[in-house]
Amino acid sequence: MPTTFKEALKSGKFVVTSEVAPPKGTNLEKFKHHIELLKDKVDAMNVTDHQSSVMRYPSLGGCLLVNEIGGEVILQMTCRDRNRLALQADLLFASSRGIHNVLCLTGDSIILGDHKEAKSVFDLDSSQLLEVIRILEGGKDLGGNELDGSVSFCAGAIVTPEADPIEPQLIKFEKKIEAGAEFIQTQAVYDLDKFKEFMNYARQFNVKILAGIILLTSAPMARFMNKNIAGVSVRQELIDEMASAPKGQALQKGIEIAGRMIACIKAENMCDGVHIMAIGKEETVPDIMAAAGII
Amino acid sequence: MIRSITQKKSEEAIDLLLNGLNRIFIIGCGTCTTLTRTGGEPEVRALKEILSQKGKIITGTTVVPVACDNLTRDFLREFGAQIDQANCLLITSCAFGVQTIARQLRKMVVPALDTLFIGKETGFGMFDEICTQCGTCIIGETGGICPVTNCHKGLVNGPCGGTNHGKCEIDVAKDCVWTLIYNRLKELERLDAMRKYQKPRNHQGEPKPGKFKLPAA
Repeated sequence: MPTTFKEALKSGKFVVTSEVAPPKGTNLEKFKHHIELLKDKVDAMNVTDHQSSVMRYPSLGGCLLVNEIGGEVILQMTCRDRNRLALQADLLFASSRGIHNVLCLTGDSIILGDHKEAKSVFDLDSSQLLEVIRILEGGKDLGGNELDGSVSFCAGAIVTPEADPIEPQLIKFEKKIEAGAEFIQTQAVYDLDKFKEFMNYARQFNVKILAGIILLTSAPMARFMNKNIAGVSVRQELIDEMASAPKGQALQKGIEIAGRMIACIKAENMCDGVHIMAIGKEETVPDIMAAAGII
Repeated sequence: MIRSITQKKSEEAIDLLLNGLNRIFIIGCGTCTTLTRTGGEPEVRALKEILSQKGKIITGTTVVPVACDNLTRDFLREFGAQIDQANCLLITSCAFGVQTIARQLRKMVVPALDTLFIGKETGFGMFDEICTQCGTCIIGETGGICPVTNCHKGLVNGPCGGTNHGKCEIDVAKDCVWTLIYNRLKELERLDAMRKYQKPRNHQGEPKPGKFKLPAA
């Protein structure tokens, strides 16, 4: 059994990651419960960074909590709220406190969140943040100054395999790999044929790919994502299937669909694993894994 | 031609700014804010009417040809008496004009507009921001389209994940500039330019506030 996320990626096993969202406030009970529930089941847990630009308990703090409770953790870092000084400082801090996996993200727009008048930063972008990690690992900072003690990270990024148009996304994807991404967690995938097409292209690169699985909780939620979340396209058959669930059974249906997709991805060996996002329903992740037959 | 794009402050906001200032001279601008219908002759007349109804004394009004021009001082000279009677100038030009007038006259100035951006007229009645004067121009590598200005996040290495059908995640009325750049470079058979990794930008190309002095000849 591999012990670190990096080893899990290297081992060739079907890797499973999931995410836990820090709370709005300092009551960490539910967050801790989710960590406890997942720590022995997934290969790593992402801790989100002010997800959807909503101010929350920090990702770094959440990662420390995972380290205390147990389990592998992936620090999500967006470029929205910190300039290059703050990002580098947080990377030094993370490395010094046993956080060794980072997911580099651009970050959603401030305007989509709950502090709509805030100043957005975007001093760096996701590919530049990846490069910064590699520079820090070389013992220097972005200003070219020597570090007294460097860092070591397993760094990753994201891609949207169902983006339209896809080509600009793929150019960025290649830049992220060139900048040092070792793993990719994709945006939600609902059309496995399209995903296979993406993988036929992506396989040429030396990077591990985990297919994003977002749990559907109801037919309206699926329609909402189609309308509001860029690059997410829930197929009509799946929406119909969700709508067909008896009253009170929609969540169970969503778990079944997510499990079925994961099982299919694994059986057909489409990619290196999955990243399960059960937004707001983190407690269902073990059920999804059970439905997929991977637990 | 570049234009200063403005929008009217709300009536409430202007009321707050004019609190305690009862004798007002109103100055419009005959250039950009006339074009955008935010501060030309009709808007000055409307403000005069609204404020008069609220009991303010309007000592006079005028629309200067180009508020941001240094010649504005000469133009305003003929209104000297009316301006003297006022305890503030309410100005419907962009902030360039307001600041020009503030330097020229010893009067409290109150802007009636918010200045949004320096834009270009891209169609009838359509104005777009196309340059933010960042001081480190990269449009030689992006097909002449500026991502620093036209990407909501100012990204220089390609689109974020929020792009959708060529539109921006914040507003479907706004194009994703990286789709535009991609299409342009593809058409020019220069997609290699988009594949080039752009290093972190120098955000201090011209440290604020910008200053330029003509070197001695």
